[in-house]
Order: sequence, then C-alpha cells, then structure tokens
Amino acid sequence: MRREFKLPDVGEGLTEAEIVRWHVKAGDAVKINQTIVEIETAKAVVELPSPFEGVVAELMAEEGRTLDVGVPIIAVDTDEPDEAVTSNGTATAREALADDMVPTIPEPPAKAERTPVLVGYGVMPSSSKRRPRKGAPAAAQAAPAAPAVQAARPAPAPVPAPAVRAPAPRTVEAGPVGAVTVLAKPPVRKLAKDLGVDLATVVGTGPHGSITRDDVHAAVAPAAAPAFAPQAVVSGGEERIPVKGVRKATAQAMVASAFTAPHVTEFLQVDVTETMEAVKRLRTLPDFAEVKVSPLLLVAKALLVAARRYPMVNSTWDEQSQEIVVKHYVNLGIAAATPRGLIVPNVKNAHALSLPDLAAALGALVETARSGRTQPAEMSGGTITITNVGVFGVDAGTPILNPGESAILAFGQIRDLPWVVDGQIVPRKVCTLALSFDHRIVDGELGSLLLRDVGAMLEDPLRMLAWG
Amino acid sequence: MTADVSRGAQSPPELVQLLTPEGERIEHPDYDIDLTAEELRGLYRDLVLVRRIDLEAVALQRQGELGLWASLLGQEAAQVGSGRALTDADMAFPTYREHGVAWCRKVDPVQLLGMFRGVNHGGWDPVEHNFHLYTIVIGSQTLHAVGYAMGIQRDGAESAAIAYFGDGATSQGDVNEAFIWASVFNAPVVFFCQNNQWAISEPLEKQTRIPLYRRAAGFGFPGVRVDGNDVLACLAVTRKALADARSGQGPSMIEAFTYRMGAHTTSDDPTRYRVADELESWKLKDPIERVKAYLAKSGIADQSYFDAIDAEADELGRDLRRRCLAMPDPQPMAMFDHVYAEPHALVAEEREQYAAYLNSFEEGAR
Repeated sequence: MRREFKLPDVGEGLTEAEIVRWHVKAGDAVKINQTIVEIETAKAVVELPSPFEGVVAELMAEEGRTLDVGVPIIAVDTDEPDEAVTSNGTATAREALADDMVPTIPEPPAKAERTPVLVGYGVMPSSSKRRPRKGAPAAAQAAPAAPAVQAARPAPAPVPAPAVRAPAPRTVEAGPVGAVTVLAKPPVRKLAKDLGVDLATVVGTGPHGSITRDDVHAAVAPAAAPAFAPQAVVSGGEERIPVKGVRKATAQAMVASAFTAPHVTEFLQVDVTETMEAVKRLRTLPDFAEVKVSPLLLVAKALLVAARRYPMVNSTWDEQSQEIVVKHYVNLGIAAATPRGLIVPNVKNAHALSLPDLAAALGALVETARSGRTQPAEMSGGTITITNVGVFGVDAGTPILNPGESAILAFGQIRDLPWVVDGQIVPRKVCTLALSFDHRIVDGELGSLLLRDVGAMLEDPLRMLAWG
Repeated sequence: MTADVSRGAQSPPELVQLLTPEGERIEHPDYDIDLTAEELRGLYRDLVLVRRIDLEAVALQRQGELGLWASLLGQEAAQVGSGRALTDADMAFPTYREHGVAWCRKVDPVQLLGMFRGVNHGGWDPVEHNFHLYTIVIGSQTLHAVGYAMGIQRDGAESAAIAYFGDGATSQGDVNEAFIWASVFNAPVVFFCQNNQWAISEPLEKQTRIPLYRRAAGFGFPGVRVDGNDVLACLAVTRKALADARSGQGPSMIEAFTYRMGAHTTSDDPTRYRVADELESWKLKDPIERVKAYLAKSGIADQSYFDAIDAEADELGRDLRRRCLAMPDPQPMAMFDHVYAEPHALVAEEREQYAAYLNSFEEGAR
C-alpha cells in the first residue's frame, strides 16, 4: 500500500524546512531508517530516515523547496495490506493495542483538500478548526465561543449543563448580501490602511484564510516580493526564483523601512584629495601596520564625529511609545554585498574605538561577511549605517534606511575630476556623498548640517581632530 | 583540551584506565577488576544494545514520532560501567541522557520514550527500579541525591545514592550546594560527572580552569578521573566509590572523561560550533570497539557471538519502534489523576468543570 511521510518538526516548534537533497528517487527500494533526504531548518541541516520499508513511489517535493511541517514529502509503496492508516502509519497499531485504554480517535481524512489560491500549492485546511458545539447556532460556531468553563465559573459545582452548553451567540454584523467577511488581525488592518490596500482585494494565506502582514505587503509591492513559485519555469524567457533567506529578509526590511520612515536624500560632491593623502600617510604608521586603511575608514570616522555633534541622527523612532530614542553610542553598520546577498553587520560601540581599532573592526566585519559567517547578533542593534556604493563604480544612490535607524550615508566612487581650486581648474579626487534620513526625526536643516560636516572633514581631515 | 583547563594545576591530570582504546588490558595500582567471561560478554551486550536503543530513538525523532531526544552516543561505557556497579538497593538520580543507566536498572526502553513523545511525564516507577525520573533542569537532581543519601544515613541502611550530571552542570549553584551538603554531612553519595566536553555549545574550557575531578578536594572529598570510554575502568571506579559510601566513608566524585559524539539533542547542530577533527580523534576511542577487540583477542567471544548480539540489537530496535508507535495518547481527563494522592476538593471541582467543557462538543470528549 502507499504510505506518505509528512515533513516532521525535527527541532521543537519549527514550522518549515527546506528540502536540500534527496538521497533516493522514485523506484528505489528503501529500508526503515535508511537516510532518504537532507532538510535544512532554521536550526540545522538534518538527515531524515525513512519510517517505511518498500519502494519509493513518488518524491513529492523538489530540492530547494521550502515546505511547511506536516506536508507529505515522499510516498512509499509498502508490502503491508491496504488499510485505513494515517500517513505516518500509526493508527492501526495504536488502535489495536490501545483499544480498551482510550476511546477510538477518528482520524482525519488522509487526503485533505487544499483551498486553491492564485499561486503555489494552495492553502492547507487548518487542523485547528473549532469543533462543533452541541446546540450552538451555526453563526456562533464560527465566532469565538465564550469559554464554557469561564461562563460557569460563578456557579458552584456541579455545573448546570444547559448553562455550559449554550454559549451566548455572538452577534455577527450582517454585511451586504454576498459580501465576504475579511479575516485580518487589527495590526494587519492598520497596516493595510496605512498602505492604502483594500483588504477585500487581498487573498489571505494565514490560518482560516486570514490576511497576514506578508499578504498586505505582497499586495502593495508585488515586484519586491514575488509570489512563491520555486520551480524554474521557462516561459518566454522568464525565470522564477524562490524568495527566501537573505533575499527575503532584505525585501521585508526594505519594504518595512520604505513604508514607515519618510525618506529624504541629500547629495554633496566633495574634494577628497586630502583624505586620500591622509590614507597614504596613515598606512605608513606602525599603528596601522596590521590593519587595512581605506577611504572607508576615514568616512566612518567622519560620520562618527558628526554623529556625536548631532546625536539626533543616531536615534530611533519608537512608534509604540511615541518617543524618539537617542543613542549615546554608535553601532556603525556597514552594508556588505556577500555571496548570500546584502547584509548589514555593525561595529559595536564604534564611537569608543581608536582609529586603529576601528580599522581592525571594519576589516574583520567585512571579512566575516564575505565568508558568509556573520552571526545574527552582529547584524542587530545597529544605530547608523554606511553603504559604500563606490566599490561598484557609481557616484551616488538614494539609500533606504536600515529599519530602526534614522540616517544612512552612501559613499560613491572616488575619481579624478576637474575642480576649481583658487580660481584654477585642476584635477582633484572627487566623490559624491548621499545621505538619507528619516524625516520624522531629522529635519532638512539637521540633515544638511550633518552632510556638510562629513564633507568638510573629508575635504580637510584635520577637522576630524578639531571636532573629534 | 585538557592542557588548557589544567592551567594552574601542579601535575597533569591522571586518568584511570583498565582497557586501552586498542583493546589492551592494563593494570592500575588502585583499581582492579576481575570479571568472568560471561560478565565481560554481558558488558559488551549492554553497550551494543544501549547504542541501538539510542539510534532508534534518534530515527524516531527524525520521523516526527518523538518531539525531542538527547542522544548518549559515545557515552555508553560511562553509563553501563557505572550502572552495572550499582546494587539493587542503591538509588540513581539521572539527567535526561542516562538511557544506558536506565537499561542497567531494568527500565523498559519504551518507557524512556514516553516523555519525549509527549504522552507521559516519565513512564516508570522510580521506586520499583531505584532509578529516579529524568530531570530536565540542569543539576537539580544532585540535591535530590544528597537528600536521599542523608535519608539512607538516618535509616541506617547499607546502600548509596549516585547522582549523574554533566560538565556544564558543575557550573550550577545547585551542584555546588549539593557538594557542600554531601561533604559536611558525610552523605553516602557518589557524584558521577560525565564530562562529555560540551555543555550544548559551550566547551569545557568555558566551565573550568582545572580538571573537574580536582574540584572535589576543595569541597573536602576525593575526586578521580576515569576514562569514560572504558567500561571496565568505569565499573571498577564506581564500585569502589559506592562501597566507600556504603561503609560510611562519605561522598566522592567521579569524572568520567568522555565525548558526546552526537548533538546535544535532536534540536542542535554541533557542526556549527565544533571542528570535525575533534570528533574524528574521539572516534578512535570508541567505547564498544575496544571491548570487542579485547573479547576477540582474548578468545572470550568470537564473530558468531558479535553477530548474534547485532541481530538481538536489530530486533530490539524493531520492537522499540513498534511499541513506541503503539503508545496510547493520554486522555485529557487523565491530567487530574496524579495531582494529589488523596482526594482534593479544588481538583475535583476543576475535573468536573473540564468534563462538562469536553462534553459540550458534539462529538464528546476526546
């Protein structure tokens, strides 16, 4: 008979896992406990052993796909006779042995119908459906029934049964005939309102078909978060790439930031010839013999000095408590392009580091990021960020704030440009700075002062001493 | 690793060993053991069967049949050696990893699975087996063991208690308190520390700067380090410590120096924090291979014996799987049954309310 193995929760409360590699294929013979597949969860890569002995009938999930716990991943034809068993095959034995110990539990149908949606497998029927209550009107069944025990609390035991069994039917607001009731939690409704999304037009993918935050985001930014369709379909030259991992985290962070903080970006072209000279001279100093000295180091130092002069740029908007949290320390984020995507690790307490220590910290941070070993803790708690777009050979951009921060400085490429010095046109090293800030906290004046000062320090690095 | 943690110590740590990793039987001036061929074969059988139980449980977790499992892989000798040193009257207080000790205390392996499957809170009668229920809280059982040992003292009984714990637990306040109480009251208890080098992801050097067994001296009782992968040495050392305890010589500590070959639990991924070299070097010290080599070289057992044990192990695994899957889910009302030994008015009221609640559903209680 055909037996299906459902993706188990291998790590105490995990909800999904990715199929990394199949060790078997359809038609292969498998034994109990033979490794059939490697999966990756949020906690670990683990090998799953087969719970069945027989011949693989079907692999039900492709490699690279992320699946919810409980979804069947493989079907095996076994020698056992056909019987009504659950997909994990325990019902027969359990019932036979435990018949006189527990009431027989009616198993849910093995093949639960999925609710079709626009893309993907469709929505699994929820296993946490409310059980029908005795004598409860149909409308009240859908509404959350008042807990019977609570209703009975004032009455002394024994509880009068009728009082318990007749929860007050909650009044259901009668909508227009045929109108679909939209299920969404209050924060999601608020989000939809903020983003101008009509919830009636959104397909919910949450429990009971409710609309989640992700659904709302998907409705406003379909380009930023393409729908889940992992199979690479060749169709008129299109490719569909599953959104997961760093890409998914980046997309969520950027959408969250772009739609909560009103961004303003200002630009400044700066003559950094003196900065480049300073970099050269620093490299010759014994203190910097072991570390990498780059223009980024001085940009970082200039931003740290400026952030101390204008602490409001190093702060967080706390929506919940309606407060601005000004940080008197700087965890300096550096946006880094890594093989896994964009990540923003930060140098903790960068404001307290000497220049050689800052150089060493930046070097270590970048190296760790490039080798893909950055830990989550190293990416959290940032207060202000630098993004070095110059390494890609461009002059400027309008950077999006790292969520929770109020300023980000983009630092463009340094190149030789004609520049007017003392009335003469001379070649100078020039670069463009772009500063984005959260206009809820930072006004144009403050943002301009910060950008101007950073520029001034890069034109004449001695100012870092004067202001530092 | 030992070099790091022995900093500040005057002499390198000593290790009691009676059987080398290559299967050579060696002598030790303070510890000796004289076992019959049958007893030696029995230890081998224990080691293999216990490992098989553990492997089956890991597989069952990976198949979604257990919520969690803490593997003992690599620690079989420490557990079987110490477990076989116990007499029926001795009382053992385990952590959650002492599947090998449970085996020696004649606890049916399927009963170990109940808690990890979520169908009970520990499936055996601690009094029947003189094996306490698994303790999840780190180190608290050492205090229970000392309390029990003080009870033995007051009863004037001739038995001892043994407390199992790991290297990480030695950093717990409870364990240090237990040491002090045991020492001051001269309680008949053996502190059996399986130093498997890792407290989840924390290496030993984050727990201590001296070998753990030397801590005992500071509390005022003897400590000894034994090769935790040598079942003979673990048996000999634990026997002596228990005999000392029973004869009024007070507590002692045994540090079984071993290695956790697997993950901390099935929820853990050790490749994220330890290097493969370390694992490879400990594979060469496998607790089962050395006994097998010794039995074969000395003619105590041959291939047909080893094959028979392997077959027995596979049958044990199959049987364990079958009975695990057949374990009944508890009835919702059962949760009221073991709250109090005597009738209790509030529990009775809650039981009735809950029954009425369950009965309010169309398909009734389930």
